[in-house]
Amino acid sequence: MAKGSIVAGCLAPHPPHLVYADNPEQNEPVSEGGWEQLRWGYERLRESLKDVDYDVIVVLSPHWQTYVGTHFIGVEKCSSKSVDPVFPNLFRFNYDLTIDVELARAIHDQAKSEGMSVKMMENPDFRVDYGTIVSCHMVRPEWDKPIVSISSNRSLSYYSVEVMQEMMMELGRSTAKAIEESGKKCVLLASNSLSHRHFVTETNPPEDMSKEHITSHAMHLGDMRMIDLMRSGKSQQIINEMPEFCDQAIAESDGGALTWLLSAMGVPSQPATLHGYGTIIGTGNAIMEWPCHTWGEQ
Amino acid sequence: MSGEIIKSLIVPPHPHPVLCPEKNEGWQKIRDAYDEARRQIEESDADLIIIYSTLWPSVIGHQIQADPNPEWVMVDADFHDLGSIHYSLKIDTDFAHAWNKANISRGLESRTVAYDGFPVDVGSVVALELLNPNNRIPAVICSTNVYSNRAETTVLAKSCLDVIKAQGKKAVAVSVMSLSNRMFTEPIEPHEDRIHSLKDDEWNQKILEFLSEGRLEDIGQLSRTIHDQIRVKKVVAFKPMWWLSAMNENRNDLTGKVLAYEAIHGAGAAVVVLDPQSNGTGDKEYDEDDVDFYGGDRNVLDSSEDEIESTPLNSGPALYDPVEGKTAVNTDKAPKPVGAYPHARKEGDLIYLSGVGPRQPGDNSIPGGPIKDKAGNPLNYDIKAQTRAVVDNIARILEEAGSSLDNVIDVTSFLVDMDRDFSGYNEVWAETLGKVGPTRTTLAIRALPTPIAVEMKVIVKV
Repeated sequence: MAKGSIVAGCLAPHPPHLVYADNPEQNEPVSEGGWEQLRWGYERLRESLKDVDYDVIVVLSPHWQTYVGTHFIGVEKCSSKSVDPVFPNLFRFNYDLTIDVELARAIHDQAKSEGMSVKMMENPDFRVDYGTIVSCHMVRPEWDKPIVSISSNRSLSYYSVEVMQEMMMELGRSTAKAIEESGKKCVLLASNSLSHRHFVTETNPPEDMSKEHITSHAMHLGDMRMIDLMRSGKSQQIINEMPEFCDQAIAESDGGALTWLLSAMGVPSQPATLHGYGTIIGTGNAIMEWPCHTWGEQ
Repeated sequence: MSGEIIKSLIVPPHPHPVLCPEKNEGWQKIRDAYDEARRQIEESDADLIIIYSTLWPSVIGHQIQADPNPEWVMVDADFHDLGSIHYSLKIDTDFAHAWNKANISRGLESRTVAYDGFPVDVGSVVALELLNPNNRIPAVICSTNVYSNRAETTVLAKSCLDVIKAQGKKAVAVSVMSLSNRMFTEPIEPHEDRIHSLKDDEWNQKILEFLSEGRLEDIGQLSRTIHDQIRVKKVVAFKPMWWLSAMNENRNDLTGKVLAYEAIHGAGAAVVVLDPQSNGTGDKEYDEDDVDFYGGDRNVLDSSEDEIESTPLNSGPALYDPVEGKTAVNTDKAPKPVGAYPHARKEGDLIYLSGVGPRQPGDNSIPGGPIKDKAGNPLNYDIKAQTRAVVDNIARILEEAGSSLDNVIDVTSFLVDMDRDFSGYNEVWAETLGKVGPTRTTLAIRALPTPIAVEMKVIVKV
């Protein structure tokens, strides 16, 4: 069996506004559009991945928050309605998706063997979180690839950004190893925004773009710093600066997804491609791609 | 109609007491305590259960469940292996909409939600499943805003009380929360469960000691300290005690009873009942701003300088320090005058108050909103909130003078829009000064010096 590989790693933010603005048939609310800078960014990402051969999407979402270790969905067929409890007016999505339970379990087992606290989620009534769905939908709206859904272990809440990163680095290495042994080609998605300070009011309609901007200049500077580092291939520097970034930009990367992604890709020195940057109710969001399939044997 | 809080509860959010109480003696004790709380509710004349759940975070202000029958299957994000809970709840939608409206009139960002499939949070589901299993009493559920501070949380409770009183409800207020919330980060066997650390246990015991003495407001004031000491910094801070204390008018003399205190996966789980009956021992030790109207950062979407400039919170003429004098009565708890005069004068056994409006001491904000912006454009405002604020300001001045609302003998009221406002003004009058029975004259006038709709001139016996 040929070795599996990560063919692309993406920072794929999940604000439900993006699906709402796209008006897919699965989502109940209807919009007049909005957040085009980011939706065009996702278009460019989809175009970039169009000819890439891959089997599975592996996604880590901060909206499946677990405090007792890292969890993996272990139910093959998941169909239900995902309603965002924060923005139920925007996101009520009827999903029908397939989980690659075999790969999920392989990552689970590998992480467990490395001493991590992990658990398979095998309750068929479980509802998939909206972060997972938004990121996967925006990257692959055809829903024709199985996914692996990984929870966000809130180790930051219990310890610190540093401890969170140590754990996510280990989870990233375990993910890469399990993928390699699986023989599968995977696209990895870190489902998070960058700066994460929301407005606390909403426009009417929510897609009124005349009111959309970053919440503060400091948030903008933090986002630009991270994007510069990603575009210049300075992954280790991102990890080094993560505590400061999380603190100053209230960054959603505190959920561990970005650190996990960088670790799984081997903390790459190759530059990432920026497909789009925009704000959503004040939060900063970048769509980035590390085209690992072009890098050759590492 | 006179509504009130007839009971307050603190209950834990975890699914264990619903799904597997038999697996651990402590979980069973929590379940038994939940059952006892349910019996107490059933034996009362409660007609509404109000849930403030720490497990339903919101960003856009405060969200209130308004689906008459939310129904789905709930699975806990962490404890999914324990099973599923099918819920079918009965919501008092009239109350939900009225609370939402009251929130908005007190300056809060607020909205109702009523969507098929909305994921009611595990804490609310567990609490209602155990406290109200047959939906005998309708419920209302409110989210916890992730950014709200104490002032905002207090106003949220006050607007809830507005509706309870207006609708004559006999309400049970429920905070769904852990005490210490640090769980074990690895799976444990049920028999291994205990409070995560001695430090957490000691803090929990202290909290419960206060609560058993009915000192709810003291816990409210300690919330920030408690959050620092024993709370894992999850999505929301330790806000439910702020809400619950405000729901009980920040009292320290309630009658409290701890029905159970146990560990659930390391977190401190307690079932506490607080009865509004005074235990006769506590004092109100409220040392923070008692805010009636929220004037915080709700305009971030409109934060251009021009728009900030037109924010009318402090509009109006210059303010003066109240004039001092031998018989003058002045207080920092009342708004500053707009001219050179005192708040009141005490002459013989009578107290004469200068005209009192609704402006708030400190920030000069106007509960219910100003009647116009700086450019003179009319604004929508809430006459009831303004009238209530006038009465509150009168009470504060009288307290300083050693008297009270009970001694008011004559009032002259001024309204700038009799047609629009008389009804709302009259309603609040009936709930407040109308119960005291002073003589009253109500006049329509063209304007007042500040952008307010109502002012009262009052004579009081000492």
